[in-house]
Amino acid sequence: MPDSIAIVEEPIDYTALTEQVRSNACGAVVLFMGTVREMTQGKQTVALDYEAYPEMAYKTMQQLIDEARAKWDVHLIGIEHRIGHLTLGEISVAIAVSSAHRSEAFEAGRFLIDRLKEIVPIWKKENWADGTTEWEHPGITAE
Amino acid sequence: MTASSIQVRLFARARELAGSETISVKAVDNMTVAGLRSAIAEQYPELQSLSGQLFIAIDNAYAGEEQSLTAEQEIACFPPVSGG
Repeated sequence: MPDSIAIVEEPIDYTALTEQVRSNACGAVVLFMGTVREMTQGKQTVALDYEAYPEMAYKTMQQLIDEARAKWDVHLIGIEHRIGHLTLGEISVAIAVSSAHRSEAFEAGRFLIDRLKEIVPIWKKENWADGTTEWEHPGITAE
Repeated sequence: MTASSIQVRLFARARELAGSETISVKAVDNMTVAGLRSAIAEQYPELQSLSGQLFIAIDNAYAGEEQSLTAEQEIACFPPVSGG
């Protein structure tokens, strides 16, 4: 099985994603899941809306996989991001990494989620409990 | 549209502020990304609150300010990303 990248509208099947990267050559499998959190700096969230620029997002996620492979001896990588309307506790992103030994899988997984949040063109809009909505664009304050 | 305009795809708050998924920007010959940025600011003042914070992508890759662009390429414009 090769590496896998997906942008989906349905709930993420993180078990399937994890199974995809498993191998007898690997003593380590790390799974990261980003989930919709209720409280952000004292404000209450009821839901998040995610929007993607899919063509570019696939390309930049592949770039991240290439960067991770250049840095660490990992076996397989799976990245899946969900878009659309997500309520509390739902999974927005899952990243699975396998490697022979644990340090590479942990480090590559950390790198992949950190870089994804920096360059992959996907955005979230907060649906606050007070009924207002707000796009999250780091570095830009709301009007 | 004529060859002297460039279609630009918008996302997230930029799309909402413009009220459209695509804008048509009047272009000049040998237009650079910096030139496109100025043209967008001039022709779409509703995007002003994001000015200076917008990324430009050409054919699905982040573009530098001096890079030139043509109407045949896929051009996109969006505020800082926040996935994950």
